[in-house]
Amino acid sequence: MAKELLKGNEAFAEAAIRAGCEGFFGYPITPSTEFLEHMARRMPQLGRAFVQAESEVAAINMVYGAACAGKRVMTSSSSPGISLMMEGISYIAGTEVPAVIVNVMRGGPGLGNIAPSQGDYYQMVKGGGHGDYFPIVLAPASVQEAIDFISLAFDLAEKYLNIVYVIADGNMGQMMEPAELPPMRELPKEPPAWAVTGAKGRKPNILSSIYINPPDEEVTNIRLVKRWLEIEKNEIRFSEYLMEDAEFAVIGFGTAGRVATTAIRAARQEGIKVGLFRPITLAPFPKEQVAEISRRVKRILVVEMNSGMMLEDVAAAVQGRVPVEFFGRMGGVTPFPDEILDEIRRVAANKRPVNWNARAEWIARLEQIVAEGK
Amino acid sequence: MMTTPVKPEIQVVYQRPDSFTDLTTHYCPGCTHGIAHRLVAEVIDEMGLREKSIGVAPVGCSVFAYKYFNMDFVEAAHGRAPAMATGIKRVLPKNTVFTYQGDGDLASIGMAEIIHAAARGENITVIFINNAIYGMTGGQMAPTTLPGMKTTSSPFGRDVELSGYPVRMCEILATMEGAGYIVRRSLHDAKHIRQAKKAIRLAFETQERGLGFAMVELLSSCPTNWEINPHEALDFIAERMVPVFPLGDYKVNEELKH
Repeated sequence: MAKELLKGNEAFAEAAIRAGCEGFFGYPITPSTEFLEHMARRMPQLGRAFVQAESEVAAINMVYGAACAGKRVMTSSSSPGISLMMEGISYIAGTEVPAVIVNVMRGGPGLGNIAPSQGDYYQMVKGGGHGDYFPIVLAPASVQEAIDFISLAFDLAEKYLNIVYVIADGNMGQMMEPAELPPMRELPKEPPAWAVTGAKGRKPNILSSIYINPPDEEVTNIRLVKRWLEIEKNEIRFSEYLMEDAEFAVIGFGTAGRVATTAIRAARQEGIKVGLFRPITLAPFPKEQVAEISRRVKRILVVEMNSGMMLEDVAAAVQGRVPVEFFGRMGGVTPFPDEILDEIRRVAANKRPVNWNARAEWIARLEQIVAEGK
Repeated sequence: MMTTPVKPEIQVVYQRPDSFTDLTTHYCPGCTHGIAHRLVAEVIDEMGLREKSIGVAPVGCSVFAYKYFNMDFVEAAHGRAPAMATGIKRVLPKNTVFTYQGDGDLASIGMAEIIHAAARGENITVIFINNAIYGMTGGQMAPTTLPGMKTTSSPFGRDVELSGYPVRMCEILATMEGAGYIVRRSLHDAKHIRQAKKAIRLAFETQERGLGFAMVELLSSCPTNWEINPHEALDFIAERMVPVFPLGDYKVNEELKH
């Protein structure tokens, strides 16, 4: 299929349909609503399930039920809505059924605003819901990547019986850019053996996240941890740009990584040997790759659209080998390439060791930038 | 004259339904959950639905309902059973999907889910156990607790000035266009148990005939948390609960009447 000019949210939704999504349950929320609207048109046309739920709480529990029925199912929402879903997400994780959740992140905390943000990093990457579980988190940087990762998300969810988040931000959900949709996949003929479909000619299937006897819960926890270790071994994904000869590395994901690419190109023209490392799986985090980079560069700059969340994962992987600096915009503000270019110039010239708390140094610089009205 | 002794015809007239497992339930002596479970199992047997049924268990005393029913089951989060049932039914419309929920689950934390399942006319069957108290957590005030009734969280009796009035779910849900069958029955004596079974049957028929959302509310006992003996508990239902929660048919789709 040829490339078309596609709007982010609609393209993501169509990608989900083509990946064989058989049930969508959601609730309107900006900036992800067009996903739901596309599903509302297309799913009934195809004889597939669509419900606009009464709340995100209900939506995720509909996803939970339909996932237990063995179908490819998903929801899409945006930050505050995802917070409401956390109860159900924990239950889905505890029941070990597959589900795909798209989070088109916006500025927060609280009601915040509807502008693009990466402020849900902790909530997505570290779990968000209660209890011991590990979601897989895919972070696309373009409409095309989001399309591709939604298909991948279903495959990973089913392979590992795991939650998979695809986290975009308001930029990607709302922008239009050329991208190619995959062909329509055939739906599976038979449900998986574990699904609840009616106990005909077999023993009943019981799907639950309750293990009232703590040693039984611990056995489940051990299974989940081992599965996660397997995922860490097999599923790390990342992208590199001009990293071969880099003396400085910028590390950023999603939109922040994409904006940094432009800045890096400009910095190279000035003779600064800088490259981009862009994690695609935020969980599992590419720890070894970041550690390896820290052995060959002089300094690392982490760029995010939040208060320095991935920064902590990067710092943990770097283990103090080189200074790790930070630059972020928050509250729904997307950084401009020249802001990041200024930061690259500063970092390349900086010989000082970085205070253990890179956040403290950054916030002082950011206050200056904000005071200057940039 | 010789007479041939007449062999009495031996016939099984009462046995464990196929839709029940062999397990002994964890319910307290005198609790009516066992009766409600059995009625549901008998109806599913009689209608031949076991092999296509999917039950949704709640959070509350009946959290382990899935152990006692011999069929596919899922276990929902507190109050979310109607949403989970919606998800299942929408992707498996030919299956029979039912929830089994208590009053805290359905009428408090799950109020939004039950109302909207009814509003959408979800083709599911809901068995609603109303015993006017939270059983599993040890006897706290429920949305259905009677005015003046003592619980561990209304230790001086439910004061309507402080904590409002009992919620009547049948009356609320009967206003929903999407509801096909909404009735209230009681489990306090044999006659009412027989009536309850007929209602449960109609609630499953509503689903099988695609007539929309169906709920049977069953007034039930909780002698342990009411702190009275099982016999007194049945009298409490008849004398104290029925006046607040009148038995009857609140909405019955015309097609179910013939």
